[in-house]
Amino acid sequence: MNDKKWIVLGLVIFLGLFTFPLWYNLLVRPGTAAPAPEVVLTDKAKAARQCVMPTEFMKTDHMQLLDEWRLKMVREGTGTFVNPEGKMFAASLSNTCLDCHSNKAEFCDRCHDYVSVAPYCWDCHLDNPKGER
Amino acid sequence: MNQFYLSSLLAVFVLALIAWLGALGLPWLFGIVLPYLAVLIFIVGVVRRIVGWSRSPVPFAIPTTAGQQKTMPWIQQAKIDNPSTTIGVVARMALEILTFRSLFRNTRMKMNGEEGRISYHLEVFLWLFALAFHYAFLTTLVRHLRFFLEPVPWCIQMLGTLDGFMKIEILYNPIQVGLPGVYLSGIVLLAAVIFLFLRRLFVANVRYISLASDYFPLFLIMGIAFTGILMRYFIKADVAAIKELTMGLVTFSPSVPAGISPLFYIHLFFVCVLLAYFPYSKLMHMGGIFLSPTRNMRTNTREARHVNPWNYPVKVHTYEAYEDEFREKMVEAGLPVEKMPAPAEAAATEEEEKE
Ligand code: HEC
Ligand code: HEC
Ligand code: HEC
Repeated sequence: MNDKKWIVLGLVIFLGLFTFPLWYNLLVRPGTAAPAPEVVLTDKAKAARQCVMPTEFMKTDHMQLLDEWRLKMVREGTGTFVNPEGKMFAASLSNTCLDCHSNKAEFCDRCHDYVSVAPYCWDCHLDNPKGER
Repeated sequence: MNQFYLSSLLAVFVLALIAWLGALGLPWLFGIVLPYLAVLIFIVGVVRRIVGWSRSPVPFAIPTTAGQQKTMPWIQQAKIDNPSTTIGVVARMALEILTFRSLFRNTRMKMNGEEGRISYHLEVFLWLFALAFHYAFLTTLVRHLRFFLEPVPWCIQMLGTLDGFMKIEILYNPIQVGLPGVYLSGIVLLAAVIFLFLRRLFVANVRYISLASDYFPLFLIMGIAFTGILMRYFIKADVAAIKELTMGLVTFSPSVPAGISPLFYIHLFFVCVLLAYFPYSKLMHMGGIFLSPTRNMRTNTREARHVNPWNYPVKVHTYEAYEDEFREKMVEAGLPVEKMPAPAEAAATEEEEKE
């Protein structure tokens, strides 16, 4: 029947959509892979050597940590966080995280852009508390 | 207890176990080889299925006629439910595919009272949850493009934002949900697929007709949604490393970054199994719905003759030819004939034949 050409057309459209990532990446960045971006540590962070928690934990759980900090600070009024090694930190987004990671654009943002998350925190919180850069 | 859903459930658990062991021992197999293989099987399988369907002839015009067919100008036609034009068919198909219209019309029969009067009820919950399920699945699928595209296009980011617009916060000591933002589609997907499973389990006549091939995809999708939710909110995975793996796959420079949790491999393996299983299962209704003759044919059965494509050119022997062949013998035997042979002529032919 002459329906065949419509079926083939539909199939081609479907395959085009299904393989969209292949040719999108080929067109946008021909011939290059897209490894996870290198995050840049500030001198201050390098001097500290360790984040508030082990790096493995920070990579996966930093948002939950922030959520707990927020809860502690805003609802319970306890403004400090003690990590397992006994080091104490002020539970603050702008004043603690961005103290060491003051290069937000090359640290937080670079990673977030890669995985396509846009935290809404900066609507209110200062992303450049020291006024540098 | 029913061996069909138990075996399906067991199968999904075994798959999870395989992937978990595989993640520990053979991450390249489960992270690279099997995904490529699954996609290949999916594409080849789907193409073969559809091409096979396109080859099968449609012997009859069998559109369902859910309204008044086109007839006298003073009788109103149901233009979508009984379409006689291509535009009508397109509208009907679009409504069917986008809103599951025939599922909405689905009714359930009930016997009422002492005398057992039959009444019909809309089965609206099946329709509602099926709709929720499919749209949540679509959203989840499209949202996952953020792992396969770099840079992530604006519209995919937007979809993620929209999907996460409900700022749900659950913060008790062992449970923390809220950051990262809760995606509604994942929750709806899991809830809907659980509903669809419970329906098969608890509605007796649906359970009676349910087979392992009905339960297995449900459990598989349940497993995918469950592991996904687990990874996002509870047992966190390193998303940046995972994107490195998926980007490696789609740019054909595969690598297995360190630090990916086994849970991710279970999630990925479930997806691979779903992809490979897809073309050989009821899930092919994704393509099949476009090709259902009860929906995609025009109801012009009284205007145009539908010719069965396998009609064989039959050799006919008409009565006229038959009589021509046997006229003399029929006359001899005293049988009535339609055309009396002229006596001289008849004699002449007999002579000829003798020679
Ligand atoms: C005392 C300084 C310091 C503070 C405060 C700090 N960090 Fe870090 N952070 C570091 C250092 C140093 C590293 C690198 C550790 C390594 O390379 O093993 C790091 C690593 C990280 C990483 C992992 C990056 C990667 O992929 O390697 C994340 C995510 C992170 N920090 C987020 C945060 C957040 C969120 C906060 C606030 C809750 C925070 N950091 C507070 C010093 C700090
Ligand atoms: C609507 C504006 C708003 C948004 C958006 C917002 N916050 Fe806050 N946040 C506040 C306010 C107000 C406080 C209280 C400040 C205080 O008490 O000193 C606060 C306090 C906090 C604190 C503890 C105090 C401090 O100095 O940091 C943390 C941690 C925090 N927020 C994290 C977050 C994170 C993470 C996000 C994004 C997911 C976020 N907030 C988004 C308004 C906001
Ligand atoms: C190694 C990469 C990486 C780095 C570096 C990083 N993040 Fe993240 N961040 C993530 C990932 C991955 C997510 C969650 C993505 C997901 O699950 O969809 C996330 C999510 C978040 C969220 C929750 C956003 C939401 O709406 O879901 C906040 C808040 C956040 N990060 C804050 C920070 C801050 C502040 C920094 C810098 C100090 C930082 N992150 C650095 C990877 C990173």
